[in-house]
Amino acid sequence: MATVPLDQGLLLAAILFALGLVGVLVRRNLLFMLMSLEVMLNAAGVAFIVAGARWASPDGQIMFILVLTLAAAEVSVGLALILLMHRRIPTLDADAGDGLRG
Amino acid sequence: MQHVLWLVPTLPLLGSIVLMLGTGRLSHRAEALIGVLSVGLAAVIVFAIAGAFLLDPPAGAAYQQALWRWFAVGHFSFGLALRVDPLSLLMMLITSGVGFLIHLFSTEFMEGEDGYGRFFAYLNLFVAAMLLLVMADNFLALYAGWEGVGLCSYLLIGFWWRDPANGLAARKAFIVTRVGDTAFLIGLLLIASRLGTLNIAGAMRDAAHTWHVGSPAATLIAFLLLGGAVGKSAQLPLQTWLPDAMAGPTPVSALIHAATMVTAGVYLIARTHVLFLLAPAAEITVGIVGAATLLLAGFSALAQNDIKRILAYSTMSQIGYMFLALGVGAWRAAMFHFMTHAFFKALLFLSAGTVTMRLHHEQDIYRMGGLARRLPAAFWSFLIGSAALAALPLITSGFYSKEAILSGAWADGNGGRVLWLAGVIGAFVTGIYIFRAVFIAFFGEEHTHVSGSYGWRVIVPLLVLSVLSLVGGFIELPSAFGHVTLLSRLLAPVLPPTREVTDITPLLLASAASILGIALAAVLYWRPSRPPAETPLWRFWHGAAGFDLLYDRLLVRPVIWAARVDRDDFIDSFYDGIAWATQALHRAIRRTQTGRVRLYAASLAIGSVGLIAIAVLR
Amino acid sequence: MILFWLLIFPAIGGGLAWIAGGRNPDAPRWVSIAVLTLELLMALPLIGAAAAPGHGAWIAQLDAPWIPQLGISFELDLDGLSLVLILLTIVLSLICVVISWTEITDRSGLFHANLLWTTTGVIGVFLALDLFLFFFFWELMLVPMYFMIALWGHENRSYAAIKFFLFTQGSGLLMLVSILVLVFSHQHATGDLTFNYFALLGTKMSPTTGFLLMLGFFIAFAVKLPAVPFHTWLPDAHTEAPTAGSVLLAGILLKTGAYGLIRFVVPLFPAAAHAFAPVAMVLAVAGILYGALLAYGQNDLKRLVAYSSISHMGFVLLGVFAWSTLALQGVVAQMVAHGISTGALFVLVGALQERIHTRDMRRMGGLWGQVPRLSACGMFFAVASLGLPGLGNFIGEFLILLGSFRASVVFTVIATFGLVAAAAYSLLLVQRAFHGAVQEPTHHHTIADLSPPHLAVMAVLVVAIVGLGLYPQPVFDEVAPGLSAVQHSAAVSASLPQHVAERAP
Repeated sequence: MATVPLDQGLLLAAILFALGLVGVLVRRNLLFMLMSLEVMLNAAGVAFIVAGARWASPDGQIMFILVLTLAAAEVSVGLALILLMHRRIPTLDADAGDGLRG
Repeated sequence: MQHVLWLVPTLPLLGSIVLMLGTGRLSHRAEALIGVLSVGLAAVIVFAIAGAFLLDPPAGAAYQQALWRWFAVGHFSFGLALRVDPLSLLMMLITSGVGFLIHLFSTEFMEGEDGYGRFFAYLNLFVAAMLLLVMADNFLALYAGWEGVGLCSYLLIGFWWRDPANGLAARKAFIVTRVGDTAFLIGLLLIASRLGTLNIAGAMRDAAHTWHVGSPAATLIAFLLLGGAVGKSAQLPLQTWLPDAMAGPTPVSALIHAATMVTAGVYLIARTHVLFLLAPAAEITVGIVGAATLLLAGFSALAQNDIKRILAYSTMSQIGYMFLALGVGAWRAAMFHFMTHAFFKALLFLSAGTVTMRLHHEQDIYRMGGLARRLPAAFWSFLIGSAALAALPLITSGFYSKEAILSGAWADGNGGRVLWLAGVIGAFVTGIYIFRAVFIAFFGEEHTHVSGSYGWRVIVPLLVLSVLSLVGGFIELPSAFGHVTLLSRLLAPVLPPTREVTDITPLLLASAASILGIALAAVLYWRPSRPPAETPLWRFWHGAAGFDLLYDRLLVRPVIWAARVDRDDFIDSFYDGIAWATQALHRAIRRTQTGRVRLYAASLAIGSVGLIAIAVLR
Repeated sequence: MILFWLLIFPAIGGGLAWIAGGRNPDAPRWVSIAVLTLELLMALPLIGAAAAPGHGAWIAQLDAPWIPQLGISFELDLDGLSLVLILLTIVLSLICVVISWTEITDRSGLFHANLLWTTTGVIGVFLALDLFLFFFFWELMLVPMYFMIALWGHENRSYAAIKFFLFTQGSGLLMLVSILVLVFSHQHATGDLTFNYFALLGTKMSPTTGFLLMLGFFIAFAVKLPAVPFHTWLPDAHTEAPTAGSVLLAGILLKTGAYGLIRFVVPLFPAAAHAFAPVAMVLAVAGILYGALLAYGQNDLKRLVAYSSISHMGFVLLGVFAWSTLALQGVVAQMVAHGISTGALFVLVGALQERIHTRDMRRMGGLWGQVPRLSACGMFFAVASLGLPGLGNFIGEFLILLGSFRASVVFTVIATFGLVAAAAYSLLLVQRAFHGAVQEPTHHHTIADLSPPHLAVMAVLVVAIVGLGLYPQPVFDEVAPGLSAVQHSAAVSASLPQHVAERAP
């Protein structure tokens, strides 16, 4: 079985993470921001998998499962919040929800 | 006799308390009765004490009655005790006797005034405080009386409280004298801490044992006591309050600002003469202050048109004589003059009061005129008072007492001769200013309509005081006139003797000065004259040489300005500054709280990257 | 045990008053009167009670374990000094109830609860001799006072209440730090962790530490006193508080500062206090004169009285740091007299405000014609406050000056001029409020003179201040053992010669 080299795998994770971060920062639509967050979480998951494979340790996969559950929980809470917010201010623009501005 | 001493100040005090509590519930008649009777009874007791004292002098020449222990702390114990020696006795006789006459006069003078009962309450309180002052056996009780009379003076000057000017005069009187009182209090602290006692007799005894002549401690204390005395007695440099104090009702001016309270300074110095003998520098200062004041006040009186202000300046001037006497060691002469002055100055004020009472409170002498015919009783009493004030030789009491002072100064040697000269010039000026008032107010044509009438309650005090002003001086005659020494003998146990003068020259010169002054006044003012033109010189003396102006600019205004500017307390702005800085910081940091999730995420990311970079690269 | 009841009784009473207020607005007033009267009856028999042999000056003591692990105990001790101040507290609290009868109509239950809780805190401060417990009560008295100002105050009340709280709380924090450091350095030296006052007396520490700790205590008490430059909370708090609040603040809370200085600062840190005395005296003299200057400049009657308190408390600070028997007795007399005279002035200002709805002296004047009794009382207490001999304040000021004279002639002489300044502002008060021409707001309608309850209060206060002026000896006798014990312990813990030992004259 061909193994993916560690540095290439980490590079992929880094690119994915950066993409996700840029998505969170530049998109104003809350749904897309949530999706970008998912990308970032999965980037972290990729990094775990790659590292687990490198050291032949199951810990990486355990952590990946944790990340998956975390992502699921996060999406459900996030979507619920977005739904609630959408009821109050009928928009998905993240910048419109600045009610906590000082 | 000594068991009734406590009654003397207590009776007027009780009268005062009853009158205060009964305000609005007592009839005028009852108020007058309580006011007069309480002082009258006190006077009767004082006369009884005096009789007993003279017939059977007590051991140690003093009656004493301990009342209660005021307070005792640490090593100090202050008993409240009364002590009557000849000096006190003289003061008590004048205070209660003249006080009684003036109370009687006031019952009619104040008739119909708002606050009739309040007036007698204050006046009774004054008599009580004054009696405490002169009867106190320790300095602290003396100080209590001293402040008490000051308070009553304040209350009575501002008696007609609706006019703010009266309130201002009253506050001025209290605050200016309090400056002196503060010096007095510091003197007391010094006595207490150096001698360990505030008992007057004890402190004087200890002082004589402890300190030698000219010792710094004694000198300092003497100067501080002098500070108290000049404040109370309206001498330079704290004299400015007395003319303004004339805002009070005339009986008040007569009792407080002529006969009794203002002479408390003289009493204080006489009482502590042991200290002044130990401090020649202070003693000569007393004489200089007296001489300067008597001249300043005499000239100022020449430039006044208000009859009460003329009398006020003459009071300052006459107390100047007493200070002069104290300064040259003529202690008995000072007390002698105190006595005669109390008679004739009370008489002058009361007769001036009778005049203004009938002239709708007109006090300008140029708006009087011709009163000799219309108000004979007032005229004759004012004339007798003026003659005594001007020291008309032989027939007036003022002549003998002033003579005693001047001969004391003459006998004092070189420094004394200068003071003597000042006194003679003063006598000359006195003759001019008081007879100026007599001629302008009582002769010539009428300018203001005379109305109303007065009854026996006005006449009797005038009569009694007139007689006393004439014959009161015969209890002490100079050696040239038969050498009567009743007063000297009375005061002998308390005050050291005055040097004898056998030379008759100074007496003749001083008499000539008085007569010349009166004659000059007659020449100048016999014919009707107009009010003087406002020349700069006149204005200078009218304003009593500008002391008021000076104090106003130098002290009063800066303080008021500072109080006004700092109304909001500049220290608070420091705390406000802290509060402001906190809020400014709050506002600055608040900016970062935009409420935008993306911005938070970006700063989170940048922050994490930064932190990791630091951790890795370090 | 009597001390415990003395302490806990008003606290319970406060709760009762609160509950009673739910039913009937008058009920809390009667509850408060009953509680305070009982309290007074409990305290009165302690007067003149001699200390048991072997107990020094302590008339009654109570020592129960509280948090033994931390060396904290429930230690209450009463000597003459505490007793006099506690009596003053109870009497003034009673007066506060009476004068609030018509003034406080809103939430009277809670108001009286706060009043009684403040009383509890103050009594606790005067009794507690475990430093932790002391601090506990020190903070406890602030909270109800804060609510009294914030809820029942005048127009600018929340600013004043917060300012009051921040000042006292902030300075209290300094004291807490000082207490902790003191306790730990005591533990370090002896291995014994305790907050007990008697144990902590004479703790060994370096001069610098001692000085800093002393400063921590000093600032806490100086803020409360208040001493310049920590005084600025006072005019706001006094002015904005309801009348009862002003009376409590001026009459009692300020005294806790002076009490703290006497009981804690000097005995615990005698050497540091001695070194600090010149500075404290400068602050005292500055307070006397500066307070008077500020009082003179005010247009608000209540602010004038408030600033006059600063001036009077300057004398207290001077006397404490002169630290001689005479000066300390003077301090006690001054505290009591100031509590009475300033309390009375606040009562009168409150009564006046209730009648003419202003405190601005520019809109007063000529009140003597309309309310002669009120004006006469105002004049009387103004005169008391300027230090007329024969009234209580004079005794205090005179003894303080006499006692300080040996410690420092210069400061005493300067302080004496405070008497002139006191005359200036007191008489200005009389002039602007009661004398002069009648002004607009009082011109047209008639205003009622003092009511019988107010007159009764005034009568009590007049008698008290005259009594203190003419025969203060009972007070001096009562506090003498306590004061000499405090002086003694300061001298012992300094293990130096007493720095201003009483020289036999």
